[in-house]
Amino acid sequence: MADSTDTRQLPKHVRRNIIDTMEIDTRLLGMIGAFIVICVVFDVWTGGRFLTPRNIFNLTIQTVSVAIMATGMVFVIVTRHIDLSVGALLATCSAFMAMTQTAVLPQWFGIELGSPIIAPVAIIVGLIVGVAIGAFHGWLIGYLTIPAFIVTLGGLFVWRNVAWHLSRGQTIGPLDGNFLVLGGIEGTLGATASWILALIACAFTIMLMINARRAKLRHEFPVKPIWAEVVIGAIAIAAIVGFVWILNSYEVPGGRLARDFRARGETMPEGYSEVYGVPYSVLLLIIIAIAMTVLAQRTRLGRYIFATGGNPEATELAGINIRFLTVKVFAIMGLLCALSAVVASARLTFHTNDIGTLDELRVIAAAVIGGTALSGGIGTIYGAILGALIMQSLQSGMAMVGVEAPYQNIVVGIVLVLAVYVDILYRKRTGD
Amino acid sequence: MALDTESRGTPLVEMRNMRKSFGGIDAVDGVTLDLYPGEVVGVLGHNGAGKSVLMKMLSGALSRDEGEIYVNGELANINNPRDARHYRIETIYQYLALADNLDAASNLFLGRELVTSTGLVDDAQMEAETRKIMARLNPNFQRFHTPVKGLSGGQRQSVAISRAVYFNANILIMDEPTAALGVEETRMVANLIEELKSQGLGIFLIDHDIHAVMQLCDRASVMKNGKLVGTVKVDEVTEDDILGMIILGKTPEKGTV
Repeated sequence: MADSTDTRQLPKHVRRNIIDTMEIDTRLLGMIGAFIVICVVFDVWTGGRFLTPRNIFNLTIQTVSVAIMATGMVFVIVTRHIDLSVGALLATCSAFMAMTQTAVLPQWFGIELGSPIIAPVAIIVGLIVGVAIGAFHGWLIGYLTIPAFIVTLGGLFVWRNVAWHLSRGQTIGPLDGNFLVLGGIEGTLGATASWILALIACAFTIMLMINARRAKLRHEFPVKPIWAEVVIGAIAIAAIVGFVWILNSYEVPGGRLARDFRARGETMPEGYSEVYGVPYSVLLLIIIAIAMTVLAQRTRLGRYIFATGGNPEATELAGINIRFLTVKVFAIMGLLCALSAVVASARLTFHTNDIGTLDELRVIAAAVIGGTALSGGIGTIYGAILGALIMQSLQSGMAMVGVEAPYQNIVVGIVLVLAVYVDILYRKRTGD
Repeated sequence: MALDTESRGTPLVEMRNMRKSFGGIDAVDGVTLDLYPGEVVGVLGHNGAGKSVLMKMLSGALSRDEGEIYVNGELANINNPRDARHYRIETIYQYLALADNLDAASNLFLGRELVTSTGLVDDAQMEAETRKIMARLNPNFQRFHTPVKGLSGGQRQSVAISRAVYFNANILIMDEPTAALGVEETRMVANLIEELKSQGLGIFLIDHDIHAVMQLCDRASVMKNGKLVGTVKVDEVTEDDILGMIILGKTPEKGTV
């Protein structure tokens, strides 16, 4: 077939600038830019207290819980649904896990407090609850065709109060010591392991880039010039090393170290110091981010999730079972809520009745700020995580400069609307 | 053009006594149709005559209440789009065919992705295959990394058609393939239909444009109110005869098969 339709095409990218040549996602660039601006502004405003290793460490562990759920929300929104129940689901999972470790296992099964099997069993219980509730939501939405908005709005009421019922509204704690390791400050990799992690991450990045280039060359597709690959690789490696270096610069306070030594019946040597390094919760987020990205971009399930968002009828006509797909998407969302519940309750060191309150709105906002389109079909995992990070930085920064909580929320609300407007303008310009 | 029906052996497709009703209204009411290799059969009728519903039962998009489908003389069990693909029945829809947010290769392979040995989607291989088939169908097509939303109507249609051709369709259902296309693009699609026909495919062509049907089809089947008015050999009737069938439900005196 000849092609006589050039007039209907969008303007071609004749302008080959550096960003085009390097094939960098300009939206990602914009979000990183916004993030950097926020960081610099608050750092100046707070007189250099914002960009300290301590604050960056805190920022990362505060972001994890919302960021984990935001990656799942991307799938939900991409398939043209919404999940208003994630905060409530988090609370229910947290309540189940707290009851398992403080009541069910010690009292019913006679397992001593502090036993190493408590934490894994509690987490597995939480994950099963999360997946089951998520899949149930998916079934109501996919098979009974009740709108997701309604199912999860109902879910918000139900699961928030199922959590209350399980704990009778009480705070449950302290939680198991091994469980707390996933909360953030209670469990970090330390200096050496963090550097090893950085090394692995760098090697992995380089390997991925080389493989991608080889695959293109094998099929004789156009490739980026070598210098562009090297520059991108260098930026990625610098980011990884820089991140780990910052977390490795945060020293454990001397008083705490001395206490740890005393607890072991030892005395702390003079001049001894230790650093936190990468928290396990952040490591968990990184693993989830990689897994979800692979799922989104390189598996059939991911392809069908995006196809459904783009055109549900076409996807169904292509022989894909959209109903079951909906169940899978919400089951994944439920799994991630449970993982978030582990991190959130471990960070608090106990289960509280209001854990995860309003998280549904933060999670949706993170996904949307991260470029997920509510009309479906468009969204990225890294965008949602960056969105969560941007929101958390805004809130932490405002808290540090003494903005009162109600004003913080006003700013976050405005930023959300503004971010979506900028995204609309961006899409109009680029035509995607 | 059309050979004598009796001398052509087994039909590619035979639909017998097809029936489908929606809430008491018979959308398709006991229709029997067949299609032979290398033949284009036009399916005509007003909106709501039941032609799309009939074709959707063949493509597995709708389940049928009654009726049998025979492919190459054997009873075929078609209950969903996957079943239809198994019998090498492919459909080209005008509006429903493509996921706008995905690129050409992802659309071409949707539901039948190529995977690597580790089970991951092999995008590079799919792009390579897409480039190959496009080089044949639409050599000017170069926009392999753009979501198909950004493509022109003709380009989109060539993606949809490439899907059918790539998977070696035996039976092709085209639902108004040229409705959204310009004159030049319509001519391209017409050429493609001729080419596929010469390769021995059977094509059902749903179209409102009687002129196009007269040009492209060997036979035309006209439906009205869910019933088959009749099937005629196109070169033995006039446009007016066919119009009479569509509007009045009147079969012409000669040419009826």
